[in-house]
Amino acid sequence: MSPESPVRLLPESRRGLLLGVRGWSVVIGAVAIVALVVPLLNLAVPAGNPLHLGDWGVALVAKIMCYAMCALAMDLIWGYTGILSLGHGLYFALGGYAMGMYLMRQIGRDGNYRSELPDFMVFLDWKALPWTWGGSASFAFQMLLVVAVPGVLSAVFGWFAFRSRIKGVYFSIITQALTYAGMLLFFRNETGFGGNNGFTDFKRILDVPVAAPSTRMVLFVITGLTLIAFYLLARAVVNSKFGRVLRAIRDAETRVMFTGYDPLKYKLSIWVLSAVMCGIAGALYVPQVGIINPSEMSPAASIEMAIWAAVGGRGTLVGPIVGAFFVNGAKSWFTQAFPEFWLYFLGALFIAVTLFLPRGIMGLADRFRKKGVEVRE
Amino acid sequence: MTPDLQEAGAALLERHRQSASTSTSGGASFGRLVHGLQPDFAHGVALYLDEISVSFDGFKALNALSLAIDVGELRCIIGPNGAGKTTMMDVITGKTRPDSGAAHFGSNIDLLRLREPQIVKAGICRKFQKPTVYEELSVFENLELALVDDRGVPAALFARQSAAQRERIAEILQLVHLLPEAARTAGLLSHGQKQWLEIGMLLAQAPTLLLLDEPVAGMTDEETERTAELFLSLAGKHSLVVVEHDMKFVDMLTQGHRKVTVLHEGSVLAEGTLAEVQANAQVIDVYLGR
Repeated sequence: MSPESPVRLLPESRRGLLLGVRGWSVVIGAVAIVALVVPLLNLAVPAGNPLHLGDWGVALVAKIMCYAMCALAMDLIWGYTGILSLGHGLYFALGGYAMGMYLMRQIGRDGNYRSELPDFMVFLDWKALPWTWGGSASFAFQMLLVVAVPGVLSAVFGWFAFRSRIKGVYFSIITQALTYAGMLLFFRNETGFGGNNGFTDFKRILDVPVAAPSTRMVLFVITGLTLIAFYLLARAVVNSKFGRVLRAIRDAETRVMFTGYDPLKYKLSIWVLSAVMCGIAGALYVPQVGIINPSEMSPAASIEMAIWAAVGGRGTLVGPIVGAFFVNGAKSWFTQAFPEFWLYFLGALFIAVTLFLPRGIMGLADRFRKKGVEVRE
Repeated sequence: MTPDLQEAGAALLERHRQSASTSTSGGASFGRLVHGLQPDFAHGVALYLDEISVSFDGFKALNALSLAIDVGELRCIIGPNGAGKTTMMDVITGKTRPDSGAAHFGSNIDLLRLREPQIVKAGICRKFQKPTVYEELSVFENLELALVDDRGVPAALFARQSAAQRERIAEILQLVHLLPEAARTAGLLSHGQKQWLEIGMLLAQAPTLLLLDEPVAGMTDEETERTAELFLSLAGKHSLVVVEHDMKFVDMLTQGHRKVTVLHEGSVLAEGTLAEVQANAQVIDVYLGR
């Protein structure tokens, strides 16, 4: 290659390190906080100490980390691929229900009716478990369902929707309708998942008490590490050529098609991945929050996920995580301080973000950090 | 089977073997293996449209349109608005299904049976009227996605750029005069530069047939001239179909001897050199609206 070779004028292609030195330090720092600092401050530091981290705070952060996984999943399909789903709450809830079934079986004979069957089934005078509960005593099998049910449902739905080239607002409305249909289905007692009460009163997970401080801490650490793993996975996906095809689909889908790519396969892949991420988030959410019911499938729950991603900043991966923490942190403070004003605040927040921060909190942070003209990816 | 027939068969087979080993590739087309999406150009025709009709709500966008483009030919297609030029491209690239007629690529590929990505794979690339590039990717990344490669999802997930691919991208960027802009975001390019980028993206796919819908719209005179030079250098290696309104550009491309096709109301009105069709009474009527 001669020194004047035109190749030298090309920008450097990214190599496989995924993150820079700073990025990896932040990730390692996050792992240390989640796996060492929080457990120490919560379990080892006595309750009276000012450094002690209360159970309430730990539970709140764990819950928000589950939400952050959903926001990350939303960002992959909405921010990077341009498909707005208003129905990802369905996949979150399905993952949660799969976990909840196992937790219900773990109650054993300790329920109100001292029966092998879950309480709501005794109440409905059922004599045996329905077929859907066939594998519910096995943790491994239910964990498989956590991934498989959202995965298969999203694949079937996505295949029909993308093959019919349904786009934009029409697609969003159909996803909304689907999660609403799911909610109505799960509201029915006959469906066999506890009707409008859902599942609650969990006692054990893997035969250890689910509410014990050590169990809660293990769940917290697993949730935190899963969120970090999802972040790295999402980073790898968007940095690959696959991720560039996704952004190309967002900007000019017909061109992608006339370049020989089949957008269907790409959209379907990322769609299923995001649904599975939400399913896993739901499965981690249920044992920590202690309840799952059909309200998780309500349209409003899914719309909130879109709000987290939009507030944090679409098209960046840190953004949705920040957005989930910001909105939910504000929500838990507001609902205590001014309970009746929370919904107004949420509405005002969304209007403000749409009007003044089209790229969310991350866009704002960018504006402060570098006032240059460089365009972020 | 009787013995003498067997002998006759053996003799036939032997003769066939000999003819196969001595025949050259430009010979007759029978007896050669043709693979799935590999077009067969042995007859010298790249694209063949036969009696294609398309109607939208009763409006006949194409009315029994027949057209043949030779291998390596540069054909200009002109016609007033609504003549069916864009619809014709839609049919060729699989975007629109015709009501009747046949469309073949080479002598073996039935375009009406394929989906868009398969048609691209067979070697037909299209430039849209409005420049369509990936606005938020860099110029370099735009070409990276266009480059011939496995289009599957797993391949894209684990793709690594090779030195040969980078060299090919640099080559194309040089050809379309965008090398200094390689790292820029495509959305920041001028209109004419976007047109070039899109042409570069077509070239990166190494197509055999290029369909170009008004490629010089919005370009300066100098850019138009350079584009004409580029297309002329491509003719022969690729087949090109250029739809254009700019007669000066058509004149540059045809250089007085190449064929021009005039479309009107969905079918071919006239065919010939630019001077011939411009002298055609019917064509004058259509253009002047008499």
